[in-house]
Amino acid sequence: MLQDYLLEENLPHFWCAGCGSGIVLQSLLRNIDKQGWKREDTVVVTGIGCWGKADDYIKTNTFHGTHGRALAFSTGIKLANPDLHVFTLMGDGDGITIGGNHLIHAARRNIDLVAIMVNNLNYGMTGGQYSGTTPRDAITKTSPYGHIETGFDVCRVVQAAGGSFVARGTVYDVVQLNKLIEQAIAHKGFSFVEVISPCPTHFGRSNHMAAAVEMMRWIKEQTVPLARAASMSPQELEGKFVTGVFENSQREDYSTAYQRVVDRLKGEAG
Amino acid sequence: MENGMKQITIHRDWCKQCGICASFCPKKVLELVKGYPEAVRPEDCIGCMLCEMRCPDFAISVKTED
Amino acid sequence: MGKIRFMQGNEAMTEGAIAAGARFYAGYPITPSTEVAETSAIRLPQVGGVYIQMEDEIGSIAALIGAACAGKKAYTATSGPGLSLMAENLGVAVLGEVPCVIIDVQRSGPSTGMATRPAQGDVMQARWGTHGDHAMIALAPSSVQDCYDLMRTAFAYAQRYRTPVIFLADEIIGHLRERCVIPDPEEIPPAEQPDAIGNLQEYRPYDHTNGLAPLAAYGSKHIFKINGSMHDQMGRPCADPQNADQVIRHLSEKIEGAKDEITLTRAYRMEDASYVLIAYGGTARSALSAMELARAEGIPVGVLQLVTVWPVAEKEIDAALAQVKAVVVPELNLGQFIGEVRVRNRRNIPVVGVNRVDGKPIEPAEILEKLREVMA
Repeated sequence: MLQDYLLEENLPHFWCAGCGSGIVLQSLLRNIDKQGWKREDTVVVTGIGCWGKADDYIKTNTFHGTHGRALAFSTGIKLANPDLHVFTLMGDGDGITIGGNHLIHAARRNIDLVAIMVNNLNYGMTGGQYSGTTPRDAITKTSPYGHIETGFDVCRVVQAAGGSFVARGTVYDVVQLNKLIEQAIAHKGFSFVEVISPCPTHFGRSNHMAAAVEMMRWIKEQTVPLARAASMSPQELEGKFVTGVFENSQREDYSTAYQRVVDRLKGEAG
Repeated sequence: MENGMKQITIHRDWCKQCGICASFCPKKVLELVKGYPEAVRPEDCIGCMLCEMRCPDFAISVKTED
Repeated sequence: MGKIRFMQGNEAMTEGAIAAGARFYAGYPITPSTEVAETSAIRLPQVGGVYIQMEDEIGSIAALIGAACAGKKAYTATSGPGLSLMAENLGVAVLGEVPCVIIDVQRSGPSTGMATRPAQGDVMQARWGTHGDHAMIALAPSSVQDCYDLMRTAFAYAQRYRTPVIFLADEIIGHLRERCVIPDPEEIPPAEQPDAIGNLQEYRPYDHTNGLAPLAAYGSKHIFKINGSMHDQMGRPCADPQNADQVIRHLSEKIEGAKDEITLTRAYRMEDASYVLIAYGGTARSALSAMELARAEGIPVGVLQLVTVWPVAEKEIDAALAQVKAVVVPELNLGQFIGEVRVRNRRNIPVVGVNRVDGKPIEPAEILEKLREVMA
């Protein structure tokens, strides 16, 4: 039951009309609920930003820290108690901009947790400035003449860093999103899901998509499933959101590798 | 709203009137009436749950009673 | 009886931490604290603890805080530049009320400064390194034995007051090698455990109405929220002015109000002293030598060593100020602590500093010279 994990007393939530965060939260909580875990064995760690408010609506253990550092807090939690189910919720500011260093290292170490980065292409909480994922030419409060930087392809970054499960979905295709999060939970190791999500209030308003529905439609139109992307040229893929599972491989996770060292030392001592 | 097997409930207190549910309902079951979604063609509902899952506000529940 | 070992200060901190029950280290190597990392990397896996070298100091303190919330006694070691990077998350430990121990083996600053040269330039950074109103506990060891013994005190304070504790060492002590008595395992008293959390229906991590709420651990029977933003008793975000006022005053009061328990000082030859040297950390050793030199000349001088630098040992400093004719405060900085003595100087006696910032320790002779100056 969604109600077992959703703190309904705090609804209506803080997010704007048409913000995709609630859609991702619903998908996440439904998936956690399906696992049949004890609530006390789950910890949700959030960063700072719009998606960083998600812990306000979750009934498990939560940790709300600083901007960009959610994965570092999570690393401590998971290593201290590998039996815990750790979920790390980050925005594009948290995940790849201020916190990019923690992202690549958590992926490289293959820390066994589920990281969900909601990418709304800008800083929503502070009023719509550009982030590390803002597309080229987009208008934001701090790129008023069109953005001259190129946004990260975050999944490629995480894949290159060694993330063992890497996927991208959108809040438009919720059926796929549910499956991606389900797979991420089932995977042992660093599981990363990027979710493209609308910010009609800021990104949308600055880029002729002020209505939530318009922005949702734009995301739908920009989406290319991985299978189709394979036959498209880089020019054709410019500015598109390629969705699907980019990496799903088995590699020993950090806690398991660490425990092997501890066990070996015990053996040598005893 | 009842339609044989499906029951669509809208939580107005939580709804922020974004319109996503109505715009993307594959069977056009939902329409915005004075800003809020209403199941105007409940008999057409196929229980795909997309409106519920795509609602950013936890404001829609579709019950398939079987 | 224990065994006597010839040890380095940094190594003794590691052994002291493990003896105090610490089982989690996250850090980033930096001179002159690196030996704490290296010895922890060897020792922690041997006792089933976790050692991880993080990508930077920001991540290191974040991992400590996370581990502490999952029930581990956690520590890190760094130096000034690293402490600067930790500043923001130090505030998370303060407002989130998460116990952890941060070793700062001070070196010459500002910035990268002189990495291998001693200094005590982080005294104010330890106190005010993170933004916003808060109190802080900082302990300064002056011997290798202190490095071992005080680590236990640091963890006890961190837990008892649910706060980060700065272990304010310096290069002199971190790299000092001298004898250290390590108690036999059976002699080591059990580490201080958090108060048992009652079988509460609804554990409130920030409900301090009946004394400081103990911190539960993730994975225990309690489900709770830890929040580095302003929060209510449940850890939920809360912008209510009355709540914020209460929380911020509590953060200071829980430490400033327990000053008598927290402040550790050592008085040397104070019974008949007409002059006092107030010192802390590695500089306290120079002060003690200066005292011996002065006493040999018949000058009635004593030393008040501040083992606890923060909060200020008000009573002891007040008593010294009431007793003596002049105070000398040697510090390896331009006078970061002396102001705390001066604001308490009601009789308006001479309070003078001996200050070096050239990367060299203060010589006992320099202190003696200053003492002669104020006597003249």
